[in-house]
Amino acid sequence: MNKDNEVEVQIMIDMISVRKQYMTGNVQFEALKGIDLKIGKNEFISIMGPSGSGKSTLMNIMGCLDVPTQGEYNLEGISVRTLSSNQLAEIRNQKVGFVFQSFNLLPYATAYENVEIPLLFAGVKARPRKERVVRLLSQVGLADKMANRPTEMSGGEMQRVAIARALANKPNLILADEPTGNLDSKSGGEIILLFRRLWEEGHTIVIITHDQNIANQTHKTIRLKDGMIDNGNGHPQK
Amino acid sequence: MRDFRKQKKRMTLTILAIAWGTISIMLLLAFGEGLRLQMSKNQRGLGEGIVILWGGQTSIPFEGLGRGRQIRFMEDDVSYMQKRMPELRHVAGEYSRWGVNLRYKDKIFGQNVVGVYPCYEDIRTHYPQAGGRFINDLDMQQKRRVIFLGDKLKTKLFGDEDAVGKQVLMNSIPFTVIGVMEEKMQMSMYSGPDKEKASIPATTFSAIFGDQYFNLIIYQPKEFDNMKGIEKRLFEIMGAKHKFDPEDKQAISVWDVAANEKEFNNIMIGLQMFLGIVGGMSLLIAGVGVANIMYVSIKERTREIGIKMAIGAKRKYILGQFLVEAFSITGVGGFFGMSLSYILTETFKRIPIQSDVLSFMGRPTVSLEIGLIVIFVLGVIGFLSGIFPAMKASSVNPVESLRYE
Repeated sequence: MNKDNEVEVQIMIDMISVRKQYMTGNVQFEALKGIDLKIGKNEFISIMGPSGSGKSTLMNIMGCLDVPTQGEYNLEGISVRTLSSNQLAEIRNQKVGFVFQSFNLLPYATAYENVEIPLLFAGVKARPRKERVVRLLSQVGLADKMANRPTEMSGGEMQRVAIARALANKPNLILADEPTGNLDSKSGGEIILLFRRLWEEGHTIVIITHDQNIANQTHKTIRLKDGMIDNGNGHPQK
Repeated sequence: MRDFRKQKKRMTLTILAIAWGTISIMLLLAFGEGLRLQMSKNQRGLGEGIVILWGGQTSIPFEGLGRGRQIRFMEDDVSYMQKRMPELRHVAGEYSRWGVNLRYKDKIFGQNVVGVYPCYEDIRTHYPQAGGRFINDLDMQQKRRVIFLGDKLKTKLFGDEDAVGKQVLMNSIPFTVIGVMEEKMQMSMYSGPDKEKASIPATTFSAIFGDQYFNLIIYQPKEFDNMKGIEKRLFEIMGAKHKFDPEDKQAISVWDVAANEKEFNNIMIGLQMFLGIVGGMSLLIAGVGVANIMYVSIKERTREIGIKMAIGAKRKYILGQFLVEAFSITGVGGFFGMSLSYILTETFKRIPIQSDVLSFMGRPTVSLEIGLIVIFVLGVIGFLSGIFPAMKASSVNPVESLRYE
């Protein structure tokens, strides 16, 4: 029993026959057709695949933005299927950090405010909140741009704000959906370096990417095709 | 709150609409309140909580006496009622005579002269202007030849001249003017408005004219909450004295001014409710405006809602955020509207205008109740205009809203 628990703790993401169906009008569309996937703690994983292969759907389910239609998904040993929307929100707030291709910063809020929001949702008190925001922004090298709004920043800077925001509540899992897709190669390289550093600090990182160079820097690449893991190229962890 | 920065113009217009709606409900209610205050003041021109009795004719045979018998009041009826009805504060009789010649210098008028009791000062609001007085007990005892003039009658006789202390001739008998009635608005009356009447002591009246029957009796109870019971008792007592059936409603004809007041008050409350509803309607339209801007803003901020949900916002937070926004818009608009209405009504009160319309309609008055009612209505409208858009916002699918462009 003890040993089992230990094994459980080592696993970050555990998906068993996860399926996801969407209704588009009257047409049913199956985005994921049975995914079996295990990702351990402190792994650095990339997900590749052509568009429409279900990468984003998979990531949304990993990050508890969405729930599987069928199958089991355990995040750090918590079964997600039975959770209420409030509990899912709490998991997203505490256990997961999202980084998006288009940054998804609040346009009217400053860098400082953007990073502060997840802490507000978590109910962190004013003083520690301020300390945390300042530390995070320094960590991503934006200590001098705290009062800037997204429109006053470069793409690389915006993405670094987004990463700082993703780290706000010290989540173990960082999910990045093509984080360098909108960046020039120099900024993109910096962002990947940042992810590597986070991985070194102990975070589990999952990156969706089209860029083989980025995939090469990760431990493992999961290839998706038509909503399934493509066993021809990469092997899912069983 | 900082989300508002995005849509300044639309926000300003919506706030303006709420302010406008608030002003309209507030001013309509204030107008109603002013009207109610003025009207009830005017109502009291005749007297507050008084009942007026006229002798009638019996309609039910009683103890061998046939119907159609005249009931008339005499002086001893007043003392009889005073003794047997301790629940009454005042009982007074009134003699009345028309076409009495009143003369001052070369002016002669045929007027209605009444013989009254000192308590008329209070119960029939015959308040004297400064420098004069009303008929008192000594005038009654000594049957003095003193006269109290209605303000309009005084002007007819004396013009701008001071009347108090001067002598007028009443059917060639000299009377000293002891006071002139203060100007008052009188809505209900019998035998003409008080401002055109001349009052002399009831004792003097009967001594000069030889009248033994009162034209009417007026009473005012100590408490106004049992007017019907007092009236019933009056019929029992007077029925015993004048020998008529206590159930015979035609033996005495009764005018319960207080009952009128009550009815009148109900009408005024009805009118105020109507005005409130009319004002509330325009506020409701403004509320639709708020709901509209909320829907638009939610549509525009779908992505933002998605982002917030992705980083851990619970549904109730999104709900709360948009509710607070709706409340803020109505709150700010309502605050401006209420302040402006208050300033308007207070300013209007301070402008000295003398006009018959104003003395009839009163001036718009903002009361605490009106303030509370308006705040309550604003709260309801803020809630209603916020809750539906907010529910919509909080029910969006985070995945879809993140994809929204």
